Order: sequence, then C-alpha cells, then structure tokens
Amino acid sequence: MLETTWFVIWGVAWAVYFMLDGFDLGLGLLSPFISKTETERRIAVNAMGPFWDGNEVWLITAGGVTFAAFPAAYALMFSALYTPLMMLLFALILRGVAFEFRSKVESATWRKVWDGSLAVGSGLAALLLGVAFANLFAGIPVDAEGVFQGNFLTFLSPYGLAGGVFFVVAFLHHGALWLVVKTAGDFRDRARAVSFKLWVATLVLAVAFLGLTAVYTQLWTNLLGRPALLAFPALAVVALVASPVLSRQRRAWAAWGASAAFLACAVGFGVAGLFPTIVGSSLDPAYSATAFNSASSPLTLKIMLGVALSILPLVIAYQTWVYVRFGGTVTAENMEDGSSY
Amino acid sequence: MDTLILSRIQFGMTCFFHYLFVPLTLGLSFLVAIMETAWVRTGNEEWRTAAKFFGKLFLINFAVGVVTGIPLEFQFGTNWAGYSRYVGDIFGSLLAVEATVAFFLESTFIAVWFFGWKRLNPKLHCATIWIVAIASNISAFWILVANAWMQHPVGFTIRNGRAELTDFFAVISQKFAVLEFIHTVGGAWILGGFFVLGVSAWHIARGSHVGVFKKAFKVAAIWSLVFTVFEGVQGHMNAEILASTQPTKLAAMESHWVTSEDVPMHLIAWPDQENERNAIETLPIPGLMSFLVHYNPHGKVQGLKDVPKEDRPPVLPVFLSFRAMVALGILLFWVAIWAFWKRNSIESQPRLLKLLPWMISLPYIANLLGWTVAEMGRQPWIVYGLMRTSEGVSKVSPSQVWGSLAMFFGVYTLLGAIDFYLIWKFARKGPLPELPTTAKA
Repeated sequence: MLETTWFVIWGVAWAVYFMLDGFDLGLGLLSPFISKTETERRIAVNAMGPFWDGNEVWLITAGGVTFAAFPAAYALMFSALYTPLMMLLFALILRGVAFEFRSKVESATWRKVWDGSLAVGSGLAALLLGVAFANLFAGIPVDAEGVFQGNFLTFLSPYGLAGGVFFVVAFLHHGALWLVVKTAGDFRDRARAVSFKLWVATLVLAVAFLGLTAVYTQLWTNLLGRPALLAFPALAVVALVASPVLSRQRRAWAAWGASAAFLACAVGFGVAGLFPTIVGSSLDPAYSATAFNSASSPLTLKIMLGVALSILPLVIAYQTWVYVRFGGTVTAENMEDGSSY
Repeated sequence: MDTLILSRIQFGMTCFFHYLFVPLTLGLSFLVAIMETAWVRTGNEEWRTAAKFFGKLFLINFAVGVVTGIPLEFQFGTNWAGYSRYVGDIFGSLLAVEATVAFFLESTFIAVWFFGWKRLNPKLHCATIWIVAIASNISAFWILVANAWMQHPVGFTIRNGRAELTDFFAVISQKFAVLEFIHTVGGAWILGGFFVLGVSAWHIARGSHVGVFKKAFKVAAIWSLVFTVFEGVQGHMNAEILASTQPTKLAAMESHWVTSEDVPMHLIAWPDQENERNAIETLPIPGLMSFLVHYNPHGKVQGLKDVPKEDRPPVLPVFLSFRAMVALGILLFWVAIWAFWKRNSIESQPRLLKLLPWMISLPYIANLLGWTVAEMGRQPWIVYGLMRTSEGVSKVSPSQVWGSLAMFFGVYTLLGAIDFYLIWKFARKGPLPELPTTAKA
C-alpha cells in the first residue's frame, strides 16, 4: 500500500512538472518564431519570468521522489539514460541562464545568442523528456545487473522519436496558450492564431502517439485490466478538445488550464499504464524495477509520506498565489519598472 | 582512464563549480534582507538603493548557482548508481526533503522578490527576501545533513543488502551534522560579508554613492567580524569531533603518522605518503596538537599508520588545504577587525579601501579548501567506513563519462567566465538612478 501510494505521488510529481514547466519550455522554443520585435521577445521572456524557476523545482522533486522512494529504480533509470539525461541537463542549464543573461549586455548579438540558447535549450529539453518517457513506456534493454545494454541510438527508436516530437508540439501549444494569457493586443491575437494551428498538430500527434503506444508498449493492455484508469486517456481527450473551444470564447486562463489538464492526464495515462513498473526491462520483465522491488524501507516511506503530505499542499498554495499575483498581462509599459528581465 | 576516476573528476569539478555560487547566495541573501529591512523601518532611500544594488548582484550569482545544482542531484543516479542503490533509503530522502521543504520556497520567492518591487507593499516585499535567505540556509542544512551522513553514518542498519533507516531523528540531529552545517554556513556568511565590504570599498574609494555604500559597509563590517570570530571558535569544535568520528581524516589534516602522546604541532611540515612519514618536519610547538584535541598536552592522538595503506586519504592535498584554510581564516579575521575598527571613518582609509576589493577572492578560496579537506579527507570511502568510493560507481562506459565531462568542462568554463564578468561589470557600475517611491516607516 505504501509503495502504491508512493507510485501515485511519483506520477503526480511528473504530471505537475509537465503541466507547469511544459509551458515555459514550449514558450522558450516558440518565442523567437512568434516575436517580431525586441519588445515582443522581452514580453515573451517576462511572461515566463516569475514562474519558470519554481516550475523547474518540480523536476528536482520528481527526481527526488524517485531517489527517496525507489532508490533502485532511480539508480537504474538514471544510469541507463546516462547520455540523454546529461544532454537534458545541459539543455536546462543553457536555457536557465539565458533568462538572467539576455538583458545584461547592451548588444543585439549578445541578446541573439541568449535567445537562441533559450530556444534551443527549451526545445531540446522538451524533446529529450519525450524521448526518455517514451522509452520508459516501451522498456529499455537493461540486464539482470541493472546495466544498460544499448547505446544512444537505442533511445531514438521510432516510438522514442514519436514521444519526443509529441512532447515538443504539445509544449509549444501549451506555451502559446500561456502567451495568450499574459499578453494583449496584436501580439495576443497572433499567439492565439498560432495556438489553434499547434492544437491541430498536437491532436494529430496525440492520436498517432496513442496508436503507436498500442503497438510498442503494454500500456493499453495494462489499463484494460483496470478499466477505471481509462478515465485518464478519456479525460485527456476531453481536455484537449475543450481547449480551443474555451480559447474561442476568449477564456484564456481556462484554455490554458484545459491544456494543462491534458498534459497531466496524458502523464497519468502513461504512469497508470506502467504500474507497478518504473523502469521496464525489454530483455526480461524479471529485470525490471518496480514500485515493489525497488522501494525504500517502510520507515523511510512513512516519514517521507508525512513530509510530502504536509509540505506539498503548502507549495501548491504559495505557487498558486504567485500565479494569481503575477498573472496580469505583460506590456511594453509595465516592463519599464526596473523589475523585469 | 576508467569510469571511476572520470566520475570522481566530474563530481568533484561540478561540486566545486556549484560551490563558487552557493556561499554568496547563503550569505548575501541575509545582508540584502537586513538592508531592505532597514529601508522599510527608516524609510531612508539609501538603504533601498543598497538592497536593490546588492540584490541585482545576488541574482546574477543565483542564476548559475541554481542551474548547476540540478546536475549534482542527477549525478548520484547517473554516475553513482551503486551508491544510490545502497544508501538511497537514507540519502535520497534527505535530498527529497531539501527540494520539498526549502528549494521550492527559495526558487519561488526569489522571483517574487525580483518581479515584485512595484507589485507588493514594502513590508511584504521585504518578507520575501527573508524567506529566500532562510530557505536557502534551510536548503543548506538538508544538503549538509546528507553530506554529514556520508562522513559519519548513523541511524541505520544493514538489511536487505543495503543501508536502511532506523532512526531519522538521529540522522538529522547528530552532532557531526549540526557542526558541519554551522561551519559551512559560517564560511558562506563570511564570504557574503567580504563581498559587500569589497564592493562597497571600491565605490567609496571612488566617491561614488558614498552614503549608500557606507551604510552597506557598516553592516558588512559588523557581520564579517562576528562570523570570522565565530568561525574560528566553532571550527575548533569541528576538528575536535573528528578525533572520535574520523580520526584518519584528522591525522591526514595534521600529517600525523604514528599514534602517540604529547604530540607537538610542527609549524612547517611536508608529508611523504610513500614512505609513511614527513619529509620535512620542523619548528614544533610541544604538546599543541594533543592539547587541541584533548585540552591536555599529553593526550594520545591517532596516526595514519593505524589504518592500512589502502584506507588512507591522499595526505598532501588534505594537509595543505587544511593549513591554507586556517591561515586564510586568521587573515580574514584580522582584516575584519580592521574594517570594523575603521567603519565610521572608512572614506579616509585609502589603504583599507584599496585592500578590501582584493580580499573578496580569499573567502572563496577558503570555502573550496574546506570542502577539499572534507571530501578528499573522507577518501577512500564514499560513506566513511561503510562503502568505498569504488563500490559506488555506475556501470556506464568510460566514453559516456568522457563525453559528459568534456561538456561540463566546456559549458561551465563559459558560464563561470560570463557570470563573474557580469558580477564584476554590475558591481562596478553601481546603483542605477531610482524613481522615488515611498516606504512606510
């Protein structure tokens, strides 16, 4: 029961991470393409400004949950995914510093370098996260000793790449909707128009990815064994369909929220379909790390449960406060207060 | 080179690099909080200018600190899978608590502080920088509890082929952890103090914003003196506890080979690890080492030869780092006294004003030397006495680690150069002209 609870928390941490950092990774990649002027680029950066760092802590927490609750799965997953994870780290480093650096030197070239770093880092991070999760869904060649028997190309299977592209496009869509929330006038209209196009692409890729999932993984089979969990894919579809409808009604927050719910339910689908596996071995299921064979001791799980249940609601409360407090639109005028990137 | 040595180089390098940015975060956050509090209390705009100016430098520093922290958490899984498997039950949970309890607060509220100057009322705004300061230091507490467990593991039993937690409270409250936390943040706070002293002195010497920087200088002078004194007294307690917890490390720090009584301290010594003795050893102060460990000049101090050769750390770097750290600590203490003594007439102290900007680098060096003693002195153990570093490493190919190591080296060199350039540039630029706003007294 403790292990199952922790598996759920593990899934929730990833779901929250993707629905939050998803928009700033997507917008980071989208911003150079959608912004026509330097002012618009700055607006896009400041639209993510107060949030991106707090969002990224959910990644550290998701990693921390894996480490604390399922140390053997953590060891297996991170060492098997060595190269893609290292690339993810460099992508996150280069995009993270771009926020602080870009406005610090008065030079168009300097800004271009950091805008490029923000876009490439964000896009690469989204792609790698998608590739990594698709590979976890499909299982990776790890042997009885927990040693990865493959190379970097192993991850770039058709299914792995499909996962990567799906994540990139879904995050772009999520980021475009965030830009609609945070901007006004012509820039917002353009962001909304782009979000509709990206929605079509997201829908197509979501259907394709779900189809490929049936071919390459056991997720659907597992879910059919617990039909209640089919609510995840069902809700994901509902949320994705609702998003453009809400956007047409000019309800920008609700449209973004629907996209967030879509991402969270998509992660829910994947994680529920994996249960109880965390890292599946494609060589022999006996080599897989599951919530049961990789869990920490009951004492650790209990103490950590106390910490998680008492602290995470607080985190969600104060992060929500920040989203409300800093939820207003960013304009050329209100960036000139000396408190903007 | 094999995966083990490459992973050690990578972990050491990424830790050291990360720690170029952490101490300023830990120390400067409190100093900025004090300056902003003074503004809110007095309504004096100079305090606000000081808080905003040092806050900007804080943020440039924080940007690299935050992104270089994630690789440390990840590397336990990527490069030290054996370690993670064996002790994750204890160590992993400490890192998870750190992220949940502290890092969320720090990362969320630093953004609120930066973006909130106009959007929050001054009192609430001031509260956010205190949250950042306290949360960063709580974050340090959990990380240091985790490190202390690697130095002196407690509260566990070996079960199911791994270390399992039996007493969480013992882990977080053990004396080793508390002392390590105090000593580490003490070093960081000194660094923050000397940073403010140095930057302020540079501006005062040039007659730029003298009112603002004299205020900052006074706060930092008091702060630096308090914590250099504190660090010296408290540091002694750290060395003392090593006698019972990590005697081999202590012996390496002092390059003491043979267990004996009436142990002197040699002012000049040079270890010769190969031949298990000191190549040079002169100017002894009789009984001093025995006295420092036992408050008794005749006390017995364990030597390196008590443990087999393969259980000894590399003596020379540990010994030299320790001596250099202590020497720097003493030097900083004298400079802090000087700065404190002249704090009210600092603008007429050209020599001190010229010296202080140069002093900024010294606490950085002292902090890194301290970590060298702590981590190299723990070798060959990854968990002291329980697990060897060689047993903790992942089974990944050396080529993978070569790749990531090369990337870390390249990216970090670039980031470090850019970030220190930006800190230097904005530190010299001074405060920007401010539009007046009102603070309620």
